[in-house]
Amino acid sequence: MFTRRDTLAIGVGAAAASALPFAAFAATVDEAIAAFTGGAAVAEGGVTITAPEIAENGNTVPVTIEAPGAAEITLLATGNPAAEVAVFKFGPGAGNAMVATRIRLGRTQDIMAIAKMADGSFTSARVEVKVTIGGCGG
Amino acid sequence: MTDVRPRIRLPRSAAAGDSIVVKTLINHDMESGQRRNSAGEIIPRQIVNRFTCEYAGVMVIDMELHGAISANPYIEFEAVVPASGDFVFTWYDDNGEVYTSTESFTVA
Repeated sequence: MFTRRDTLAIGVGAAAASALPFAAFAATVDEAIAAFTGGAAVAEGGVTITAPEIAENGNTVPVTIEAPGAAEITLLATGNPAAEVAVFKFGPGAGNAMVATRIRLGRTQDIMAIAKMADGSFTSARVEVKVTIGGCGG
Repeated sequence: MTDVRPRIRLPRSAAAGDSIVVKTLINHDMESGQRRNSAGEIIPRQIVNRFTCEYAGVMVIDMELHGAISANPYIEFEAVVPASGDFVFTWYDDNGEVYTSTESFTVA
């Protein structure tokens, strides 16, 4: 027989469990940022992300990132099961620090680019992409 | 993967020292490791996890790819061409295979 107290405890547990996936995503994003920056402060601006406002097909979303003066850029999809999308390291033979690729987005979310500048500082940008059909399969 | 075929697009011409746009495409499923088969089992991840481009022996870009890169990865970037030389493109598959493509480029 459940007492009122037990019932309440079960309810709280279920609420915590249902909130967990989002907490897990957030942790991955933070971890991915920390892994790239080593915990350094990240400024905003200086990075341009070009992506469609609405992506009908989450399986292939074209994304262009420009960050003049960047040595490295990491691209994160904050709402994907795994946040990391790609890391670009520019060598001595690179031209302007720009890259374009096509990515998978599981649902509507923010995509984020963090650039490591030549002087070791970090700067970032994020944009929202609305996804009509998710691209994580399953 | 069998018959993986890299495709490269370079501008027709450029002056010495120009920054040129390089477009690459390789056919690969990029199986993300997130999908399940009809029996409900996770399909093991098999992706291209690294891509590099060198020009005349100088590194242009070294890219780390994850499961969120679409199938048939398209990668576009810019390279400086101080003189005529060879582009060497390399893709590294999870299964240990390495695909390379070499393109000569002549500056005006």
